[in-house]
Amino acid sequence: MLQRIRAFFDLHGVMEVETPVLSRAATSEVHLDSWCVTSNDQPEQTYFLQTSPELFMKRLLADSAEDIYQICKVFRAGEQGTRHNPEFTLLEWYRVGFDLAALMQEVESLLNELLSNCIRAPAMHTTYEAVFQDILHIDPFSASMEQLTQCYQDKTGSQPPSMSNRQDALDLLMSEVIEPALPANRLVFVNGYPAQQASLARIDDNDPRTARRFEVFCGGLELANGFEELTDANEQQQRMHHENQQRQAAGLDEVPLDEHFLSALRAGLPACSGVAVGLDRILMLMTNETQIDRVISFSADRT
Amino acid sequence: MASYSTNEFRSGLKIMMDGDPCSIIENEFVKPGKGQAFNRVKIRNLKTGRVLEKTFKSGDSVEAADVVDTDMQYLYNDGESWHFMHPESFEQFAIGAEALGDSTQWLKEQDMCVVTLWNDNPIAVTPPNHVILQITETDPGVRGDTAQGGTKPATCETGAVVKVPLFLEQGDLIKVDTRTGDYLGRAKE
Repeated sequence: MLQRIRAFFDLHGVMEVETPVLSRAATSEVHLDSWCVTSNDQPEQTYFLQTSPELFMKRLLADSAEDIYQICKVFRAGEQGTRHNPEFTLLEWYRVGFDLAALMQEVESLLNELLSNCIRAPAMHTTYEAVFQDILHIDPFSASMEQLTQCYQDKTGSQPPSMSNRQDALDLLMSEVIEPALPANRLVFVNGYPAQQASLARIDDNDPRTARRFEVFCGGLELANGFEELTDANEQQQRMHHENQQRQAAGLDEVPLDEHFLSALRAGLPACSGVAVGLDRILMLMTNETQIDRVISFSADRT
Repeated sequence: MASYSTNEFRSGLKIMMDGDPCSIIENEFVKPGKGQAFNRVKIRNLKTGRVLEKTFKSGDSVEAADVVDTDMQYLYNDGESWHFMHPESFEQFAIGAEALGDSTQWLKEQDMCVVTLWNDNPIAVTPPNHVILQITETDPGVRGDTAQGGTKPATCETGAVVKVPLFLEQGDLIKVDTRTGDYLGRAKE
């Protein structure tokens, strides 16, 4: 699999890069929990294991404006289950000058190549709004919290968990009701995610309720997440501050913002789109396994 | 009150749900890459035996259920309650028909059973997987007809009705699987 990925990017003239796994800054995203690392040598300095190489890669882009890709380990504390391992392998790449449609096309051709044995072409393309309308007959942008929880109750026959906001309710419906209802054995591209669910993506000029963000699903697995990247440093800084406030409100630790990243944005990030693909899950599909620990040499509970 | 967070969820954990003690059968972590995490669990209500699915927001806590499984010896039935004894403390428990459900038909005096206690009150009794019972009533045996594999109902000493091969007679001892109610074979004393 790794050979085929590297050959694909060689062919398309995208350069492989490496960036640090340990950083002095952490992601401020509310639903991502970073591991903190300290050492006896520098007890006062906390480092964080990356949850994604996104910020480092964007610093490289701001510096050189070249197409780049990376295959690396990322770490997300507390995420373990049949489809999650707290340490997993991400393929992430950025294409300068690509809009979302161009990037989605490239993702589709790579995944078609890797998964030719287990999926039927062509991929299905839809929007966040359309999957909610088609499967739940509800508008994800205007439905009230009551309507969303009622919808969950109607579809699953059970009481929803306590939720503090609409985004949580949308996440619940997406992962509990919509994902299982998407076609198996076929790539499904969903774009136009709610703006609140895309901290690093550009807002869509034509529909400010949505962000230029897509996800790829296959057989009930979430495989990839892509953005047309936000390049406005001030807006990015505001969003990160806002996330830190949300973290505080949710009883989580505030995290140090990545000032290097923000100054790289100020210096100028070229218009670009980027995407991250979970390679362990690609391997699950390639080998027809339903448990992620079957495709990992040693899952977290065996380390 | 003790409680468990969703990250402590594992199969076998006993929790309170809608006022009833339940046991977790399966726990699945569900999370969109950029979104809220949830735990989808399958749980068995220990009072009714019913299995249901329930989704929790990850990080939420639920009340722990004080549920203990204890080996106890079945002593006798006084017409209203079934009496069990703890083999070491000799403490006795009188258990009503409601908690016993279908298991009464497999209870033979002196057999060891698993009694599920919730806050020290018995809520369920699991008989041994295999019991040996005497047939108290069945149609006369048909000798020489053993090869055909036909069956007939036989009533046992505990009241259970089991399908047995035709050659068995009243007074015979048989071994029965209490989980399925199936006849397993003849038994000697």
